[in-house]
Parts: sequence; C-alpha cells; structure tokens
Amino acid sequence: MEMINIKINGADVQAPKGSTILEAARLANIDIPTLCFLKDINEIGACRICVVEVKGARSLVASCVYPIFEGMEVYTNTPKVINSRKKTLQLILSNHNRKCLSCVRSGNCELQKLCKDYKIDDDGLYDGSKTVEDNAELDCSAAHMIRDNSKCILCRRCAAICANVQGVGVIGANERGFNTVLTSAFDMGLGETSCVSCGQCIAVCPTGAIYEKDFTDDVIAALSDPEKYVVVQTAPAVRAALGEEFGLPIGTNVQGKMVTALKKIGFDKVFDTDFSADLTIMEEAHEFLDRVQNGGKLPLITSCSPGWIKFCEHYFPDMTENLSSCKSPQQMLGAVIKTYYAEKMGIDPKNIVSVSVMPCTAKKFEVGREDQSAAGVPDVDIALTTRELARLINRYGIEFNDLEDGEFDSPLGESTGAAVIFGATGGVMEAALRTAVETLTGEELASLDFTDVRGMQGIKEASYDVAGLNVKVAVASGLGNARELLNKVQSGEADYHFIEIMACPGGCINGGGQPQVPAKVRNFTDYREKRAKALYDQDAASVVRKSHENESIKKLYEEYFEKPGSEKAHHCLHTTYVKRTIN
Amino acid sequence: MKTLAELNAIREEMEKTVGFRQETNDFADDYKYHVLVCGGTGCTSSGSIDIINKLNAELEANNLTNDVKVVKTGCHGLCALGPIMIIYPGAVFYSKMSVDKIDRVVSEHLINGNIIKEFLYPEMVNEAGDITPLSQTPFYKKQHRIALRNCGKINPECIDEYIGTRGYEALNKVLTTMSQDDVIKCILDSGLRGRGGGGFPTGRKWQLAKDLVKGGQKYVCCNADEGDPGAFMDRSVLEGDPHVVLEAMAIAGYAIGASQGYIYVRAEYPIAVDRLNIAISQAREKGMLGENIFGTDFSFDIDLRLGAGAFVCGEETALMTSIEGNRGEPRPRPPFPAEKGLFMKPTILNNVETYANIPQIILNGAEWFASMGTEKSKGTKVFALGGKINNTGLVEVPMGTTLREVIEDIGGGIPNGKKFKAAQTGGPSGGCIPAEHFDVPIDYDNLIAIGSMMGSGGLIVMDEDNCMVDIAKFFLEFTVDESCGKCTPCRIGTKRLYEILDKITKGQGTLEDLDKLEELCYYIKENSLCGLGQTAPNPVLSTLRYFKDEYIAHVVDKKCPAGVCKSLLRYEIDPEKCRGCTMCARQCPAGAIEGTVKNPHVINSDKCVKCGACMDTCKFGAISKK
Repeated sequence: MEMINIKINGADVQAPKGSTILEAARLANIDIPTLCFLKDINEIGACRICVVEVKGARSLVASCVYPIFEGMEVYTNTPKVINSRKKTLQLILSNHNRKCLSCVRSGNCELQKLCKDYKIDDDGLYDGSKTVEDNAELDCSAAHMIRDNSKCILCRRCAAICANVQGVGVIGANERGFNTVLTSAFDMGLGETSCVSCGQCIAVCPTGAIYEKDFTDDVIAALSDPEKYVVVQTAPAVRAALGEEFGLPIGTNVQGKMVTALKKIGFDKVFDTDFSADLTIMEEAHEFLDRVQNGGKLPLITSCSPGWIKFCEHYFPDMTENLSSCKSPQQMLGAVIKTYYAEKMGIDPKNIVSVSVMPCTAKKFEVGREDQSAAGVPDVDIALTTRELARLINRYGIEFNDLEDGEFDSPLGESTGAAVIFGATGGVMEAALRTAVETLTGEELASLDFTDVRGMQGIKEASYDVAGLNVKVAVASGLGNARELLNKVQSGEADYHFIEIMACPGGCINGGGQPQVPAKVRNFTDYREKRAKALYDQDAASVVRKSHENESIKKLYEEYFEKPGSEKAHHCLHTTYVKRTIN
Repeated sequence: MKTLAELNAIREEMEKTVGFRQETNDFADDYKYHVLVCGGTGCTSSGSIDIINKLNAELEANNLTNDVKVVKTGCHGLCALGPIMIIYPGAVFYSKMSVDKIDRVVSEHLINGNIIKEFLYPEMVNEAGDITPLSQTPFYKKQHRIALRNCGKINPECIDEYIGTRGYEALNKVLTTMSQDDVIKCILDSGLRGRGGGGFPTGRKWQLAKDLVKGGQKYVCCNADEGDPGAFMDRSVLEGDPHVVLEAMAIAGYAIGASQGYIYVRAEYPIAVDRLNIAISQAREKGMLGENIFGTDFSFDIDLRLGAGAFVCGEETALMTSIEGNRGEPRPRPPFPAEKGLFMKPTILNNVETYANIPQIILNGAEWFASMGTEKSKGTKVFALGGKINNTGLVEVPMGTTLREVIEDIGGGIPNGKKFKAAQTGGPSGGCIPAEHFDVPIDYDNLIAIGSMMGSGGLIVMDEDNCMVDIAKFFLEFTVDESCGKCTPCRIGTKRLYEILDKITKGQGTLEDLDKLEELCYYIKENSLCGLGQTAPNPVLSTLRYFKDEYIAHVVDKKCPAGVCKSLLRYEIDPEKCRGCTMCARQCPAGAIEGTVKNPHVINSDKCVKCGACMDTCKFGAISKK
C-alpha cells in the first residue's frame, strides 16, 4: 500500500494514499469531532464541525472528506479551528430545541457531548427565529417512530442511510436554506410512505430528532394490573448489545443479567425468542423441503425480518409468494404463548399481555399486522426495543452490572445454538442448513459450522451437495443488498433455492432498535462483528446446536402441533402477506 | 457540410447580408433597408414583437417586402430605451418605439428616406440638431464588443447569418489545423479568465481536464444559470448569438477530449432556451454538431438541461449535481470537476460569456486578445449597469476601464444630479466600492483588493439616497433565500447575519452587535462549504469597511442618514409652513394626520407607517423626514 507522509500538529504521520485527513489523524490518535460524517454512507462535508487548518489552503477544510497529499501540513487544534467549531455549535444550538433534560438522547447525544467538550456555556448567543418551533407538531404517523424536527441538525445521516444503504429513500431534504427540513415527499407523514420501519435512521441520528415510539409506560401499566398475566420474550440479538447501555464493552453477552433484570421488574414469565427461532427452523425447513419436493415457489425467502417483509411488499410485490409463510419468531412465540401455553396453564389468552424485547423497530409495525392473532387476540401486544428495555431497567432502579445470571423460564425458554445465531446475518441460513441437511440425508453432520454464510459482507452465496441435490443459497443483509440480490433473481441471472434476507446491515445485531453507536465509534470499528461474535460464541458453547434436537420443541409437537406443517401449525404459526405500492 | 470550402461558400453568400449592417459599408444587398428590431427579453416585454408584426403588415400593404428586410435580433444593450429598432444603412437607432410609430417609420424613412429625428436615440442628436453616428455616442464610444459582437447585429435564429460573421470558422481551424495542446496553449496564452465569478484561468481549467485523467468519457458544460440580481449578460449572448456558445463548447470538447456537452440554462430564460434549441438543431443539420464534424474523427453533441432557478446551481458542483437529477447542492472539493465532475467524470464548466470569447481568440490569436486589458486580466468584460444610473443596460469594455468611465461616461452618470455613493459589483457575492476608488481600473485583482469581486459583472450604482446598511441587508436577504441549506455556516449563519442587520435597521442594534456581525462574517467565509457561503458576507464586510459611520449612526444615534430605514424615520409637519389645506390628511392611508382646515396639521408618529405619501402631496414643502 502506497503511504503518504504528512504532518499533523507538527508531528510526522504516515497514512495510506486515499485517506482523508480525519482517517490520517485517527491513525495518529488524534480525534477530530464529526457530526454529519458516516463512513461510506454520508460523506458530504456539510456540518463543518470537523474543520481543520491546512497550510496553504484558502479557508478551513472539512477533514472528513479532504484527501491527504504528500507534504501536507494540518493543524487540528489552532485557536481559529476551535473558535470555528464553537461558532458552528452555537449556530446549531440557536436553531435547536434545547429541551435537553428529558430528551431521549440526553447522555448519549453527539451534539450534547460536543457542546460540553467545547464549553458552549453561551448556548443562546445567536438565538433568533427557528426553522421548526420547539412546540411544532411531531410526525407520529409511522407505527414505529416519531420525528421531532425541532431537534434535527440536518446532518442528513438518516436520509443517507435510508437511501444509500437501505435503498428506500423515503426521507430527504425539503425546502431550502434556513427553511430546509428533513421530511418525506409532498409533506406526507412517514406512515403514509413506503417506509419499511427498519429504524436504521434512528440508529444513526446523532440527536433526539428521531426515536422509537416508547411503550415502556404501557408495560408498567400491564405489570401493575393484577388481572394481567404479563410474559416477556427477548430476541437473540438483544443479549449481545443491551450491555452497551450500561457501559459494558461492545460484544458483551448479558443474557443472564438480562433475564434476572426482567424477573426483578416483575414479568410473570421470561421466555426466549430463541425457542421460537428453533420452531421457525422446524416449520421453515419443512416448508423448504415441501417446496423443493413438490415443485413449490422457489427460491424460498426467509420471513423473520419484518422490515424486509414490508420492503418486499412495497418494492417486490411480485415476489411475496417466494416469502416463507412462517410467522417471525416473535409472532410464533406470541402465538404459542396465547394458545398452547395458555391452554396448558389454564389462562384466558385475553388476560395475557405478551411483551417482546427486540433489536428492531419494525417489530412495532409487525405486532399490528393482519393475520397475526392465532388465539383471536394479537399474538404479541407490546414490542419494545433494546433501548426501551434499558430505560425500563433504569426506571426500576436495577443495578444491572451487579446482577447475578438468571435462567429463562421453562418450557418456552429452552433453545439451541442454532437459534441464538438468528441474530446475525447468515444465522437463519446456517440454522436451517443444520436441520435441512440432516433431515435430507438422515445422517449426522460432521461439522455444524457453515462458515460460507457467516460474516458481515452484504451478500453471501454458497452451494451444498445434499443427498444428490445441489442446494444453492444466498444471504443478504441491508435492503440495498437485498434489492441487488432480488434483481438478479428476477432477471434470471441467479437461481437460488433458499435466500435469507435481513433488513438491517449485518442482521439483527445491528437492528434499528439496538443501542446507538456514536459515529465516532461506528466510523472506525466494525461493532457489528463484535456483537455477532457474542452470539457465535454462545452457539459454539451450546450443548445442543440443532433446532430439531430442542427437547421442548419436540414436546410442543407431540403435545400440540403433531408435526411441522400440520393444519394446526399452519393456523398458529403461519401468516399471509399483502401487496403494497411505492409511496 | 464537411469542408472549409462549403463553410466559406455560405460565409461569402451571407457576408453581404451581415456586412450591410455596419455604420458605413461598401456592401450592396438585395434589400434597400434592413430593419433590425430587438427581440431580447427586455424589448420583447416592452412590445417589440407587436412592432415586428405591425411592421411586416405595413410593408406588405406598401409592397415593400422585397425592399425591406426585417430582422429580429438579440439585445443592443440599451434596455432602458426599448423597444429598439436600428435601420441600415446608416445605423439609424430609434429608441422607445411603439406600434403607433410604425406608420411614420414606413412612410417617412423606408419610403422617403428621411430619418425621423424625434424617434432617434436622444444621444444621437446634439443641441444643434446634428446627428452623431451611433458608434460615437457616449454609450457606445468606449465600448469594445467581443463577447457581444453579434448581439443586435444578426438574426440569432439563422445559422447562416452566424456563419456570415466567420462563425464556425474557428471550429474548423481547430479541428483541421490544431492539436489539443495547441488549442489549450492558445487559450492559456490569451490570458482569458473565467467570466462567471472566480476568474480562474480558462486554459488552465481545460489543461487539467485533458491531463488529469487520460481518455475515457469527459464532459463540457456551460453555465447559463445566471442568477446575480441585475446581471443579464449571459442571457443576452444566448438570445443574441447562441451559436457562439455551441461553437466554443465544441472547441472545448476537442481540446479536452469530450464528446458530449450540456448547457445548464435557467428555465426563467424562455427566449434563450428557445433560441438555443433552434441553434442546436440547426447546428446538427449543418453538421456542426454530431458525428465526424468537418469530416474529422471528432464527434460532439450538446443537450440542454433546464435549471429550476436556484442561485446555488451556478456553483459548479451544485450545477453538476442538478444535471445528474439530484437536488442542486454543492459537494465538497476536492475532487475537482476536472478530475471528477459530472457523473464523476472529468468535466469543464465555463460560463456563457467566457465561451463567447473563445472563437474570436482562436481566429485572431492569443496575442490579439492579450493586447487588451490589464496585466493579469485580459480582454474585455461585460457589465450590466443598474441602479441609480442614467443608461441602464449592457456594456462591454476592456478590462482596466475605470469605474468612473463606466458610470459617468458610458452610463451617463447618476440621475437627478445626485451624488455617487458606491457601486456594487459581483452581486450578492461582491462588495460595495466607495467613491474613493472611483478611478481604480476594474480588473479581477483590483476588485478583490478593494473588498469586492468581479462576479458575473452586475454593477449596481448607489447614490446618496441609498442606505448602506439597508443595501447589505438586501443582499443578505437574497443569500438567505438562496442558500441551499446543506452546510451549517451558510444555512444558519447567513440567517443570523440578516437578523442582526434587521435589528440594526430597526434601531435596536448595539455596538456589540456590530462586533458579533463582523465576527460571524469572517466565520462564514472561512467555514462554508461552497462559494455561495464563502462570499455571502462580502456585502456586509465591505459596507462595514467603507461605511462604518452609517452603521454607527443606526446603532448609536438611532438615525438612518440616507433616510431609508423606516423604523428610524420621522415625518414632521412644520407648523410655520403648513396652511391647513388638509391634502396630507386625506392622502394618509393610516389616518395618522390630525388637524382642522386652515390650521397646522400634526402627524401622530404612533400611527404613521412612514410611506411618505404626505410629503409627496404637500404643495408647501411643509413636511420633512428626519
């Protein structure tokens, strides 16, 4: 790699050719603040927080997008630079709703941190008219989130990830100059657009301008109602990220503490969505083999990710028949709780409040979908994000880091290693392969690790010879990648049998409901790898690593569903889709 | 058309037609008269199309259609005096024409050969009643027309007339006798600098686009998104001589190795768009655009892209983003367009006036061009004169002409004997030049040194009745409106500048505000993403530099010395002079004047809206503003 020699603050620095000043500075352990910059996603040099002095340049330059050149001399901390950054912050604050005390992002707001670091004690210096008044109406039209443009700083990270990564592009800059606002076309509410509810915009927002609809109060109300039997389930990816909300390093698996915390909060039962992940494999593997053997619609595409489902319905309505009819694991567990479990325990399903904790915002949309009420009442009542759970734990005064490890409740808390990897891209595919291959061949696999489908690449392909059949599979995460893959399928360029698609890049571990990772970290580390590793480690350490070997699942079929794909299973565990338009 | 000989044949055929249209000429044309009527935007809106229709009808009625050729041309520059008609031979210049004057033009001038003195441009007739040739009138005498040379002279909708003025000969010369490097060297040696704003050497720009990336798809763009308030030289060239732009772009395409050009033109210039479309289709028909031009390997075509009117789209990267189909917003540089421009391919962008110089430089040589102007600013510059000046319109003068010559000699000075206060060049990106710099030769570097810039050439004259704080506020209001909203300093900073200025003009400013204003100006210049933001504070900084006393007067004395800022004004009635006629009270729209007949009236300042209607009405000079 060709190296370029530059000087930063007088010290010699070597960085690869093509690096920006920001990247070169980072190599020299110099942190330059950023707000709008997201590597590979939003490289627009708009916020001007990252300005530095370059010897010979006419004005200050935006280090996030300015390439280095041989002999360049950069100064990152001169009085001029510091004063400029201060003014930029003061100007942003003059047009910002400074209701910070109770802001959802207070404490992890990227703007707030900079204002503290730069000692912006005169936050009203440039106060004047505002683009969006503090008390302006919020956009609450979407099922999963709220946009409060009085806190928007127009960094456009949300619009960039929506358009450039997810290929959805339902938000963007409208009006211009001081009146610029990030909204949808023609002033539509987000809920009227073909937004897929993935929540990636929330994950990248540096301030409190966009946030999930918070249902923690509803949970507390249910918990305080003596009539209600309140159960909770947690998705695989939640345990790999929840710890970040309590200061633990990225990639810490906090499953045990999380279970204890949920019990302390007072849920009647704490179940694991991993259980229904195993159940999903049973149903989906059966569906796959059925389609292969009986000439059904192929490729079969997974249906665990509700953001992906909505995307398919809007943007690939012709392919909804390729979707597996399996409900997502959240909905499956919800259905099992209100049917099988309710019957077994003698509880009226109407008195059960089923809560889920998900790494996902699209789950909030999913719980309200049609054909998701096996017992005549919604399968799941309230879907919380990982972030909401953290707030709930804090509100209940629980010292999370000091908790002992707890165990999920039986029987819907038992799961396998195959289920926990559902949280990372390729995990569903790997889990399905473990079961499908053994079912087809009738032999035990020598190695359970299908490494071809692991990793953070956006699109992965593999093929396996199984019992005389060459099974071609593909895995995509991030909807832009999904679109690319499906275009190939539609054009006939690719002919897969089975495809796994997750809406969020990297899978659920990077879901829109996960703890926000500041840009400063995002831009320089692959936090997704770390979170995924926590799940693969748990799988590797599991005694049972194949869904079809989950004893509670076997029992569930014996006692209730008879066999995968049975009529009863269809009624409870499968669903239907609609065709939507692009808006 | 594939050869020079074919081009020459058309030129020779047309030479007598276009050559006929000179003040003195030896060309004999089949027609006895050519009547040129301006069809530019200014004259069109004052009725020139009706005049042409009426003229054609009269000629028909008098059986004169074989004797008189009516030509719809582009702009002559003297827009304030439109509609304009020039009759050849003799370059008889009739100003402020109207349909009802056409009868006399036909009967007296075209039939009887008598010039109608009362219709003449007043400067052409001296006190003794003698006629001065048009070229010797003050407005035209000091002008030197290169970019505008065909404007008002030829029919812009006829490619043959353009060829008659040696049009497309430069393209032929380039394609058949010059290498790419020869062309670039010629433009470099000429010293031509970009006429659209920054003044970057054109030849250098072309060289970078040719050399930074070898081969592959490249683009030539033309910036016809003229947006400075009061500037309309590009529109004038497009309306009056569209082929010169096409020819120059083809030359540029050859020089850098591009096969496709785009003209980004404002949709608010419908006449220009129309004429460009006509010109492009004629050029394609004649083979001046398209495959294998003049039988060479060189192929080049041009398409139009209409802008929706955003000022920021005049900034090169925003313009390209807009052509690409996205919201017109600038992007960070580097990479510069010469390396990664339109669709991320090497691209050059020049403005209309820059291109209008190119064919002449190729034909007459770099030395010819470099002999005009100052040391570092060669050639001529077109200015759009506006504001408090007698001759509003377009003028083209050699670089280095002084402000005094432009304003007093060519522009005819300030109306009503008022005193010159300042001239704004460079539009909202430029600054105000005070009287003390009246004799500075105008060129790129001198203007920057005195706190302004060339910009696209708008020149707005202000007199003693203009408040400089108000002027700064006017320009800031423009940039606030036109900021794209992408970067923080421009989006919020310019708005705050405007708010501080507004506060000052309302008499609510403090001395601290002046410091805050100045600090914010320098911050915005240093931190903004593109040229719009980086230059937006210039009107404030230059007025602060030269007219600080006016700011102080607003802030400390709460007075507007020029009597412009309404909040600081008071209208008063002098009881000694008031006769109690009640006229003022009846005129007042706010009911702010009280008094009875034959007794002195009084203005209630709480109700007064400071419209000045009372002062205009008073016959006794009893009302004054303070």
